Amino acid sequence: MRSTKLPLLILLGLLVLCFGLAAWLDLWFQTWQGNRTQSADVLSVLMGDSRRMFANHFFVKADAYFHSGFYPTVFDNREAFRTPHMAEDSGTVGGQNEGDEKGFLGKPRDWIDALSRQFFPARHTHLDQGGASGDLGDSSQVREIMPWLRLSAELNPNDIRTYTVAAYWLRERMGKVAEAEQFLREGLRENPDSYEIMYELGRVYSENRNDQARARNLWEASLRQWQRQEAPKSDPDKFLFIQIVSHLALFEEKQGHYPQALAYMELWKARSPGPDAVQKFIDDILHKMASPAPAPAAPPLQPPGQAP
Amino acid sequence: MNNILAVASVVIKELYRRKDFYVLYILTVLICLIMASVNLFHDVHIVRYLKEICLLFIWICSLVIAITTAARQIPSERENRTLFPLLAKPLSRTQLLLGKFLGCWLACGLALICFYLFFGALAASREHHWPLLNYLQAGLLHWVMLAVVIAFTLLGSLVFAAPSSNATITFVLVAFILLLGRHLNKVALQLPEPRRSILYGLYYCIPHLELFDVRDLIIHNWPPIAWPVCGVAALYALAYASALLIGACLVFRRKAIN
Repeated sequence: MRSTKLPLLILLGLLVLCFGLAAWLDLWFQTWQGNRTQSADVLSVLMGDSRRMFANHFFVKADAYFHSGFYPTVFDNREAFRTPHMAEDSGTVGGQNEGDEKGFLGKPRDWIDALSRQFFPARHTHLDQGGASGDLGDSSQVREIMPWLRLSAELNPNDIRTYTVAAYWLRERMGKVAEAEQFLREGLRENPDSYEIMYELGRVYSENRNDQARARNLWEASLRQWQRQEAPKSDPDKFLFIQIVSHLALFEEKQGHYPQALAYMELWKARSPGPDAVQKFIDDILHKMASPAPAPAAPPLQPPGQAP
Repeated sequence: MNNILAVASVVIKELYRRKDFYVLYILTVLICLIMASVNLFHDVHIVRYLKEICLLFIWICSLVIAITTAARQIPSERENRTLFPLLAKPLSRTQLLLGKFLGCWLACGLALICFYLFFGALAASREHHWPLLNYLQAGLLHWVMLAVVIAFTLLGSLVFAAPSSNATITFVLVAFILLLGRHLNKVALQLPEPRRSILYGLYYCIPHLELFDVRDLIIHNWPPIAWPVCGVAALYALAYASALLIGACLVFRRKAIN
């Protein structure tokens, strides 16, 4: 009968080796920068940084939901969908869309093409205007884009437009101001220098919380960040600059701080595509400063995206 | 006809005796319930993402059930050596094949009823309305589409050597048609001749299974499709299924079964 001592000793030796290796590797693993187990987020544990690749897909998916499924594929003309409409309509990003958004399918090319159009959404609608039902009074359906925006933010926490777009629809059409603020603060934690999120947070305080002082502080911080990040660029983000300074200018005018309002309006005019309209605001303020009577109430803050 | 129905009933019994359907059904239910439990900005009325996930699973599961069930019918009869006794009875090869097709198709129909009932309940729990007509259309179109897939798989089971290769090839082709079938004509128009004509010819030849995928209409609550249009689509699918079945019958008649 063969002795069983040797196999047992080998087994014991291997167990000791495994234990030692595990103890040594665990120390190294805990200090390793690529260790994902410290993250509470399942997606980041599973996918690591590769998850960022899919974030844009889900952002576009949210826009497809915004259109109730009527959306161009990679095989269609996407000129009219270069900027997602849900983002453009929220006034948080500038639009770059051209062409016919309703007719990207073109005329049916053959009978199969004509027949197939009966089996998928083939009419341009927006969820905030009732979607497929066409009920203009029901804009709350826009909530359906939220799961994909949430997922997009989970996958890429540094995609700022996800936070600003979601926050706009949350507070404007779903009446969820607290959730919008919380989501923006989440975005600000991930992107502490984001002038876009600061500006949008300012809108929450100004338009929903009626806390004008905090709104102004946020817009001023936003302007400082913009000047630090964007001003040196050859093609800066003019759209948001105009939004920030126009809001600040009108706010200061409303408060009766005319010199500050004038300073912001000069900045606004310098980068505005319609400087003549801004000049009218400036003339109005100059007129108020010149007149001895107390200043009348200033016009209300303009809605986003309408700054001249 | 009695012979065909007898064979079909055996196939249906086989489906509910096997575990495949139950596993897929429970998996779908579990995943959907987990997804439904996610808190999205404290809004309990958000439902379309859930409908999309549920319908995606229903489509995947139905294709798995249809292809795997159809792919093993004839080969398993040969392997188990039950094909000879079957054909020794007053049962022609055509009847056997038609019975197998009908059995697989009806079994898939039963599975679809279970899946769509769950889908309807899930959607109604959030939307508080039940567009029965839309669901009926979606289910019927889905079922008609499966007829083409089953017929193709049965033909494949007579041509390809093993059920696994047949199932794999069928899955790849069905996925290709569902994802790209609608766009082949657009790609063809951008190509020079003769590739344009070849691709356009392929576009006309393939069964356009994507026609029957009306998930977007269901998810986004679009109005139901006109019934005559559904009828045309059903005829289109049944024509393809018939052609594939005739092909399968012709191959089976000439095939040595030992």
